[in-house]
Amino acid sequence: MALEVKEQLLCYHCGQVCEEQEYTSEDKNFCCYGCRTVYEILNENNLCEYYSYESTPGVNLKYVSEETYAYLDEPSVKKKLLTFNSDTFARVELFVPSIHCISCIWLLENLQKLTNGIVKSEVNFARKRVSIDYNPTVVALSEIARLMASLGYAPQINLSEEKKEKISSKDLLMKLAVAGFAFGNIMLLSFPEYLGLEGTETTLKQLFSYLNLALAIPVTVYSGRDYFSNALQSFRQRQINIDVPIAVGLAALFLRSSYDVVSQTGPGYFDSLAGLVFFLLIGRWFQSKTYESLAFDRDFRSYFPLAVHKKSGEDWIPVVIYELAQGDTIRMRNWEVVPADSLLLDTEAYFDYSFVTGESRPVKVKAGELIYAGGRLVGKPVSMVVEKKTSQSHLTSLWNKEVFQKSEESRYRKIIDLAARRFTWAVLGVALITAVYWYLADASQMWLVLTAVLMVACPCALALAAPFTYGNMLRVFGRHGFYLKNADVIERLSKIDTIVFDKTGTVTNGAAQLDFVGVIDDHELAWVKTLTSSSTHPLSNLITRSVKVNSTAPVIDFFEKPGRGIEGKIADHHIVVGSAEYVKFDGVLPELSSKVFVSINGQVRGYFKIETTVREGIDVLMQSLKTKKIAMISGDSDADLGKMKKVFPESASLLFNQDPHDKLGYISALQKENSKVLMLGDGLNDSGALKQSDVGVAITDDTGVFTPSCDGILQGNKLNQLNKFISLSRSATIILKTGFGISFFYNIIALSFAVSGHLTPLVAAILMPISSISVVGFSTLAVNLASNKILKS
Amino acid sequence: MNIIIALIGISLTVALIFLGLFLWSLKSGQFDDTYGPSVRMVFDDKKKKKK
Repeated sequence: MALEVKEQLLCYHCGQVCEEQEYTSEDKNFCCYGCRTVYEILNENNLCEYYSYESTPGVNLKYVSEETYAYLDEPSVKKKLLTFNSDTFARVELFVPSIHCISCIWLLENLQKLTNGIVKSEVNFARKRVSIDYNPTVVALSEIARLMASLGYAPQINLSEEKKEKISSKDLLMKLAVAGFAFGNIMLLSFPEYLGLEGTETTLKQLFSYLNLALAIPVTVYSGRDYFSNALQSFRQRQINIDVPIAVGLAALFLRSSYDVVSQTGPGYFDSLAGLVFFLLIGRWFQSKTYESLAFDRDFRSYFPLAVHKKSGEDWIPVVIYELAQGDTIRMRNWEVVPADSLLLDTEAYFDYSFVTGESRPVKVKAGELIYAGGRLVGKPVSMVVEKKTSQSHLTSLWNKEVFQKSEESRYRKIIDLAARRFTWAVLGVALITAVYWYLADASQMWLVLTAVLMVACPCALALAAPFTYGNMLRVFGRHGFYLKNADVIERLSKIDTIVFDKTGTVTNGAAQLDFVGVIDDHELAWVKTLTSSSTHPLSNLITRSVKVNSTAPVIDFFEKPGRGIEGKIADHHIVVGSAEYVKFDGVLPELSSKVFVSINGQVRGYFKIETTVREGIDVLMQSLKTKKIAMISGDSDADLGKMKKVFPESASLLFNQDPHDKLGYISALQKENSKVLMLGDGLNDSGALKQSDVGVAITDDTGVFTPSCDGILQGNKLNQLNKFISLSRSATIILKTGFGISFFYNIIALSFAVSGHLTPLVAAILMPISSISVVGFSTLAVNLASNKILKS
Repeated sequence: MNIIIALIGISLTVALIFLGLFLWSLKSGQFDDTYGPSVRMVFDDKKKKKK
């Protein structure tokens, strides 16, 4: 039945439509109690400037669970978090994922106006981090965290975080700066030599040469250091990669040029050397640019609470979940996630296992029964006894599996390394033949020619083809809502022949569609909404959200029987909402699907039919994926089997009731049959499968929310483009191979100069940059042409 | 031609100073966040002074 929306009010704080009953303050409208509270806090403290930088800057506070931050004051936790700590001064850096606009920066940098004790706070917008200086004697860390959470900027605390990557990108930039500096100056100092200095000016000539040598030393030793160490490492592992011929080339260039300068036989090839290192580092820098604000390697820790309340004697004290041991009694509150497999102490409770199984309907658990870690409590607080430690629990043991231990590089062999291996052998062959020839023809020239061969064989263009092709492709994907963890994923994506879908949240929308079947008028519907808004049950929330009419009448005698239904009196009408049993519906139950019945004054009026809707464009996607093997794997019961059969082609295998371990197993079984599997999923329960698959892609409708560990994040509304992304990745591979061809072409030209002993510094200085630039130009242009053609068709 | 030697010395010194400045700015974190500072200067701090 259609319901008219009477008035479309937007929340002053967060900009969302005010659906529920109205919350107002000083003639401003708010969508929920949380948003209004934030406004009031800001108003009291004269911080309403917040709203002047950006309209509706706030973060919606409707579904924020009340996390406890008391554990932040534990000395062991504090030690890990604080970057500086003394008696009266401490500094902490917190990750706040909800930072998104200018107003956020402004408010977070004015925290000191809200609490005494905060000295200074500074936002790093790119990394979504706030660094706070505070006085620990005046304000505790937990209070700061609570304050931020109450404003909608809940810090996300991860104790095992590593900061290595950031440092390495800075390191790379410094090397790049040194190489660029040296490259420019060496070129300048080489000009006189190329243009022809007169014979009499030997002092100048020598001065220039020695200056070049001096400039080339930091380039080789500092900027090019990684190539030497990588080459050494690959020798140890007996696997030749692209860094080996590069390192050999660099060494040959440096040693030969130094010899030329010292023996005064020539100016050396220092400009080629510096240019080479400079270009190579640019390639690495280009490829390493990734999405800083997106997290691709979250595991269960991001979903679990960091701390829970444990019974210690008569008191409840907060403990970090890793310290939980078997036999500890813990207390969970509504909407908290159980951190370890535990036995229930209370008589009855309901858990939402959507993290574990994907099934969102709460499950009833009785006293003494086992609750799996990852279950979310729905309803009033309960106590439980820990049965297994967090790391050994059913869900979390997934992360102990082998697939999570291995590093990614060792699992996949890259095209570039394959090319490098052949290249290296070819170069060694050519070098050997040349050496033998010159040894017989003119032994005094042998070393010079040999070094020349090794120098020009340095696969600079080859090494640039991959970063620029994949790096450009990565950016194209990003512009179209598909964010990849790194460029290597593109290569794996191009080989995909099997696609496995998760059901809930991937094929179906996260949001469910609600229809009322029966007779009810708008007034009554509004009362139902008032009633359901008093309950925290997920189905009540759903009704509250989808009913668009409001009533101001208060609820009297509200009563909730957890997991069964709710009732109350509104405007003298007794309203009951709940299961068929609860409202005493005695008719024939209609077909299988979630239903919530409504009875008013003892008369059953009908029910809300809750259906999950299939994502838009799925049919188009299935059409375009015809040539690939398709499967669906879901943790849910097979209630939706009929619907899924309509969505998927006949050949697709549809599996239901699969737990996270089954999903992982299914993927690896497919891989044993030599399939290259792309897994699409969205929840923690897909984590194993996402990791095991060749390419694991998380689907999300909001990149700011949690996504499980994966290789790529795809926006939900772009799912129908998936096939285009796959064909684009395939054209990227073709472009890459063409780039290899171009670079080999230049290498052959250069080699012909070298083998015949005609490689002068000038020839090298011209050939090397030209080959690099043409490869870079070709791949950039080709990628853009291909993406225009494929994505716009 | 001695003047050329002097000039090269000066130009290299100047270039080295700039390289050093860049490395210093990189190390001190000036490139960590390229968006924040651009809006921070827009914020009014009149209210602070009143307090």
